[in-house]
Amino acid sequence: MANNNHTEVIFGLYDDEEDLLRAVKAAKRDHLDIYDVFTPFPVHGLDPILGLEESRLHQAGFIYGALGTLTAFLGMTWIFTKDWPSIFGGKPYWSVPAFIPITFELTVLFAAIGMTVTFYIINGLGPGVVNTYLDDRITDDKFCIAFDRSSVSDEDAQSFFKATGASEVNSKTI
Amino acid sequence: MSAVVSPIRKPLITGNKTYHQITEDLISPTEKTPTKEWVIGFVISVAVLTFGVFCILWTIWVGIGSWNLNRTINWSWDITNFVWWIGIGHAGTLISAILLLFRQKWRTGVNRAAEAMTIFAVMCAGLFPLIHMGRIWLAMFILPYPNTRGPLWPNFNSPLLWDVFAISTYLTVSLLFWYTGLVPDFATVRDRAKGLRKKIYNTLSFGWTGSAKHWQRWESLSLVLAGLSTPLVLSVHTIVSFDFATSVIPGWHTTIFPPYFVAGAIFSGFAMVLTLMIITRKLLHLEDYITVEHIESMNKVILLTGTIVGVAYLTELFIAWYSGYVYEQFAFFNRALGPYWWSYFGMMFCNVVSPQFFWKKSWRRNITLTFFLSIVVNIGMWFERFVIIATTLARDYLPSSWSLYSPSWVEIGIYVGTFGLFFTCYLIFVRVAPVVAVAEIKHILKSGGNQYVGENATHKHAHGHDHSEAEHH
Repeated sequence: MANNNHTEVIFGLYDDEEDLLRAVKAAKRDHLDIYDVFTPFPVHGLDPILGLEESRLHQAGFIYGALGTLTAFLGMTWIFTKDWPSIFGGKPYWSVPAFIPITFELTVLFAAIGMTVTFYIINGLGPGVVNTYLDDRITDDKFCIAFDRSSVSDEDAQSFFKATGASEVNSKTI
Repeated sequence: MSAVVSPIRKPLITGNKTYHQITEDLISPTEKTPTKEWVIGFVISVAVLTFGVFCILWTIWVGIGSWNLNRTINWSWDITNFVWWIGIGHAGTLISAILLLFRQKWRTGVNRAAEAMTIFAVMCAGLFPLIHMGRIWLAMFILPYPNTRGPLWPNFNSPLLWDVFAISTYLTVSLLFWYTGLVPDFATVRDRAKGLRKKIYNTLSFGWTGSAKHWQRWESLSLVLAGLSTPLVLSVHTIVSFDFATSVIPGWHTTIFPPYFVAGAIFSGFAMVLTLMIITRKLLHLEDYITVEHIESMNKVILLTGTIVGVAYLTELFIAWYSGYVYEQFAFFNRALGPYWWSYFGMMFCNVVSPQFFWKKSWRRNITLTFFLSIVVNIGMWFERFVIIATTLARDYLPSSWSLYSPSWVEIGIYVGTFGLFFTCYLIFVRVAPVVAVAEIKHILKSGGNQYVGENATHKHAHGHDHSEAEHH
């Protein structure tokens, strides 16, 4: 899934996600090493067949959120007890209930920004990124399985695509 | 697919669409030259926006004295408009986040436009507290940062500062959520484009490839952002209500305010989504994607939240009487029978009576009636904020300081100008991005398309994958 180094791929296009799922299952059974699968929308049921581990993005989100909680709460605590203690309406300096709204907001803010930025970085996506796209119709109505030509021979790939009902087979360097 | 499809479930996508037709229908509005209606709408919006900008500059140049606020009524149209716009924004988050958590598939038809509406509405809302500062260049004083004014910090115990955090967080999170949803759809636009347009959309799409792992993370991110946005949207209007509820003004100092404001916000937001979507589906010919089913679902939300708001109004009245507290009782007597009685009854009629029409199924499915009532609801929700703010302030503890208020042309101009801002942004959005989330519509095609579900379904799902695997080798 890395797209920094050039990889020679041979890929087949399928017309329906159910054909794709069947083909991915068949590839796993035949021990063909799939380079990547590209789809126009998230196909449910694909991840377990493909052997993708569950994303840990939400765990990262929890850490970012906790960081936001601490920043807000400890920040306000320091400001109102150490840096510049002020009395508002006769309340204690360290008035915890009044800190809750901002603590909550910063938790959400940190988690959301942190997760989104992480998402783009680990995917290698961002403004200005130019990838080689296998086929323009993959974002429209085609479902694509790609093999690395160095690990799967062209003959094996061709016969696999034929057997699983791919509508087109092509190769490209990405 | 693994989705369980009920044979009695009504289709959400009509017209026997294929994946490619969905792409054509939803992307082509961004590719064609603008229609005459769009150009006329855009020119009017920009003209109105320009007038609004002029009135804002006038306010800044002349000072807040160009408004008709006085020492008794020191909040009026500005804060009314602020709360009103913020409330409108809430429907976008409700549709995109809360309905995602509840797995409501009908959200896919309207979520993109509703989220855009949220962002533009929050932008309009944010303007009002800023210009109400009078000296807008001092707005940076609300930000806590180590500064050259000595260790001078804002008051973190103040609901007004909570508002700053709540609304800026809300705007940021809504933008991230909206844009992350747009990225795969921008990739679809990119792959149909040529030349410079392709370059621009490649930048906008962040180089999206559609890799399985990316989609998995994309879904994970969407789900967590939805999970974060749900309490966030409730907190935002709760905090807006704290601006009032933590004060000691009779009529404001009530514990019912947070839920009552949140319900009202969703109520007005859905009304605005309906107003916008009924126009959009007509002009962009999206009747197959934003069906009468969608409109009926939204009308059910309007009926529910409108009724909650109605119960809140009556609870307020009852508690005012039951409290035995003469100032509280007077505040409500004044709202209903004081000098602004017309806004109170306007509010009651528009918000409590008008949604009750939607108990009747055929009326919920009547587009003309829905369109009309969606505007009535938004007028009513504006009245609600005016009643809470201006009417309550007009009669305070000291009869000697009682006052009356009517807006100056500058205040009216700024309010009208925010419509210009809102519609200018919305019209640009309609031109550059797909108004309906393309990938998400494709995702629900087999569980929501009329060829797969409903009484007239023609396709059968290929259940089980085993039999066809034997075909090769």
